[in-house]
This record gives sequence, structure tokens and C-alpha cells, in this order.
Amino acid sequence: MSVKLTIMEQMEQVAREHGKILPPLNEDLVLANCGLDSLGFAVLVARLEDVLGIDPFTAAEDAIFPITLGDFVKVYEHGRR
Amino acid sequence: MAGGEGHPLRDYVTAASVPGWFWDRTRSVCFTDLRGGTVLGQGLAALAGHCVLLAVASQLNAALALIELDGVARRVVIVPPGIDVADLAAIVAAAQIDAAIVDDDAPPLPALGLPIQVLCEPSIIPAKDNAANPILTEWVLVTSGTTGIPKMVVHSLASLTAPLHAPSPADGAVVWGTFYDIRRYGGLQIYLRALFGGASLVLSSAEESVADHLARLAQHEVTHLSGTPSHWRRALMNPAIGKIAPRYVRLSGEIADQTILDGLRATFPQAVIGHAYASTEAGVAFDVNDGRAGFPTTYLSGMRDSVEIKIVDGSLRIRSRSTASKYLGAVKPLADAEGFVDTGDIVEQHGDRCYFAGRTGGIINIGGLKVHPEEVEAVINRHPRVRMSLVRGKQSPITGSVVVADVVLSSGQRLEATRQIEIKNDILKFCRDALPRHKVPASISFVRGLDVGVTGKLVRRQG
Repeated sequence: MSVKLTIMEQMEQVAREHGKILPPLNEDLVLANCGLDSLGFAVLVARLEDVLGIDPFTAAEDAIFPITLGDFVKVYEHGRR
Repeated sequence: MAGGEGHPLRDYVTAASVPGWFWDRTRSVCFTDLRGGTVLGQGLAALAGHCVLLAVASQLNAALALIELDGVARRVVIVPPGIDVADLAAIVAAAQIDAAIVDDDAPPLPALGLPIQVLCEPSIIPAKDNAANPILTEWVLVTSGTTGIPKMVVHSLASLTAPLHAPSPADGAVVWGTFYDIRRYGGLQIYLRALFGGASLVLSSAEESVADHLARLAQHEVTHLSGTPSHWRRALMNPAIGKIAPRYVRLSGEIADQTILDGLRATFPQAVIGHAYASTEAGVAFDVNDGRAGFPTTYLSGMRDSVEIKIVDGSLRIRSRSTASKYLGAVKPLADAEGFVDTGDIVEQHGDRCYFAGRTGGIINIGGLKVHPEEVEAVINRHPRVRMSLVRGKQSPITGSVVVADVVLSSGQRLEATRQIEIKNDILKFCRDALPRHKVPASISFVRGLDVGVTGKLVRRQG
């Protein structure tokens, strides 16, 4: 499964667990508007580390602030290389 | 005979009408044989009035030497197994040690420059009559600090035996066993209970498997058995648990949750199952024998068995005759000005019951919200598929930390990946139903086992 699909699947899962409904997921979706709060994202990042084996945010030397879902996916794709 | 009346330990032991035994893996020693005997050879006289490092490898040798040293040495520092050799020099300096007792299996002591070294005999040999007047001996227990060198906690025979009650005739023949090492507070309590109660004691061994230890406990028909909840969970996972039938099951040293109490009740339907609250510094504060986790709020009012308990800033404070007197070479006092020890254990009241909610130091901070690992573990451990769990904080780039859990399943068999995901999701749902959102683990890992440290408690690492 691609990194992008994995991320989208995990987002749906976390949203379900937190009782949130996500808007349709696309690259341009602004993360702040996606319905997940900071705890939701913290859980998402921890889950993705389980699945993908990386936490690119903690591993990065500089702070990374992805704005859109597309940015977020790129951080992971970049981290995997 | 109750303890703490000024007599040295040897007097109680040799006065016992029924000969009690120590059993370890290879030896049986009748401790009343110390009447007129010694394991310290000619060394005992040389130790009089000195500060002694008890650094033997064998628990049995420690058990015998302690009987001899009380009333003779000025101070005995009881070295627990597994101590870092590098810490010994600091202990020797801070405790003004000038003598050491070792045995054949003891790891060689580093060059500490001790003028007196005594080698434990392999068995009890006749002793010269020691007519010297007994002195008050300091018993010093070594506990692991979270950082730096271990802390040395000063007790006396009186403070160590303050929680002991005279045995009632209904007790019958008592054989104690403990999963603890007797060189730690929890184990030392059992050792003294055996000695003062005219009972026998089956000693544990670090080299022995749980199954072999249980078989040996069964062979000696153990009637009273003590350990931490983690010790007990490990024992309940072992099929050999069916070989023993203790009348009294005791838990101490960690929070006893309802699951482990119920598990022990189901396994030992006839036994009295009690959990005790104790710490090396505060001593034994109370026992709870109603089979329920936590303790009644009535314990907080007034004095019970000369123990006073109060909650200040959420944490349990204790003052009693079993409290230690001080730390050796310490920078901070052991108790406050009124003599209360801050245990660092958080207590929450729900109705007429007080429950432990973790350690003041062990808190996980989730974006400013505090989580006690123990309260999450208690929920996870209630899940029917779970044997035990360890909850810890994991660094998060978003909230500082998130809660993660390592879980040991009760079945033990390997599960297919899809089944694992199903159970994980079910445990998470279980947590979501019982806990606020921030306390629900972000992720769960299945592990084959969890480390139980030399203290018998779950090994907690800072995440």
C-alpha cells in the first residue's frame, strides 16, 4: 500500500475512534480543517510510526509544519527515502 | 514474643520452642542450631562494634549472618543482589564501612581497603560463647534511587518488627515463602515474620525458574506466600501454580489491582488474600484483607496500630513506629518535621474507598493533561484477553507525549495478524469506554513478557 493510502486509512481510523467525521480527503485539504485536533494528530503520528516505522517529525532536525494533507504525505514520503 | 523489646535477634531465634528451617535450592538449615553455633567462624568477635557490609551472594548466608550480627555490629548495610559494583565504593564511604562479610560465590569486592573481611562458613560450626553485652544495631537497607547512587535507609530491629503481631495459636505450623529476596524490605519483612513466628522460610533463588520455585514451595508445603503483584501475575501464568495451596497470600510493593486480587481468589478459593502497603522508608502502613483493591477511607482517620496516614497534595503520607529513622549520607531528610514520610504514591478517594493512582514522579503529560500509567493499566488489565500491561509515555511531536501500552495476552499463543488487530481494536474500545480520550493509548504493542525487575516490580523506563 502506498504511503498516501496508508496515511488516509489511518486518519479515517483515528477519526472514527475519536468520534469525528472527516471531509473528503484530498491533497489540498488543510489539516487544521480536517476535524482532527492535536490529540488526534498525536495519535495518528504514533500509529503511523507503528505502521511505517518512522516518525519524521521527531526525527527531523528542523521543525516541520505541514499545512495540507499533501504536505503531510510528502513529509512521510521524504522520510522513507 | 513481639519484636523491639531491646533483645537482639538471636535471643528470639534461639528461644523458639519449635525449630524453624531455612530452605534454599541446595541447603536446609535449622536456625535454632545457631544456639551455640556460628557461620562467621572466629570472625564474629572481630565484627563487634563495627560497620559491616553484608555482601554475600547466598540469601541463606545473609539470613544466618543477620541473626548473628544484630546486637553485635554497630551498623549492617545489607547489600541487595544485583547492585552495581561501582556503587559499592560510595556506600562504603557514606556508611563508614570498615568490615565486610562475603561468601564463596560472592563477586570479588573491588579494592575498598576494608581492614576486616570475614568469609561465611558453608555450614554452622560451634561458636565460642559470646558474653558481650548486646548493642543497638542499625539495619541499613539499600534502595534504588531513580538517579545517582542508591539510597541507604536506616532501620532498627524495633522499626522493622513494629508491624509484626504475635502469632495466634490458630495459625498452626507455618511455612513462609516469598518471591522477594530477603535483602529487600518486602522480603526482610517475611524473614522476620518467619523468625518471630517460629515458622520456616523457603528462600527464593534468582537462578531458578518460576516453575522450579513453585515446585520447591510445594515440596515444603508452603502455607504463607508473599510477593509483588507482578511476581504473582508471573506465577499465575505458570501451570505449576496448581501445585501449591497457601492459606495466606500476600501482595505488597506495587498496586494490587482488582484483576490480580480476583485472579488469586479464583486460584486459591480457600486462602486469605491480603495486600499490604509498605515502602522501605515508611515501613508497613496497613494491610487490606477484604479482597478489594485500594483501602477504606476510614484508614485516614485517627491512629490504627500506631500508624497515622494522611493525604497531602494528593500523595500518601505515613508516620508510624515502623518508619525508618533517616537516610545515610543524605542531602534530604527522609521525613518532614512532624515525622511523616511522603511516599510519592498518589491516592484518590472514590466514595468510601481510596485507590492508588500512580506515582508523583511517573506521570505522563499529554499536552498539559496528566496521566498516571497505573490507572490506564488497571483498565487494560480488566480486558479478558490481557494478562498484564505496561503503560508509558512516548515522545510525541504534537502533544509532548502520548500514552502507549505494551500488552501481554493471557493466551500466550501466537495470533494471526488479523486476529491481533481485532484484539488491539477491542482493547482500545475497552479503554475508550472507560477513560477520557487523552488517557487512551495511542498505540498498543503485543509483547511476550514484561520485565519484572530485581525488586519484583514492573520495570518502568522513562519514554
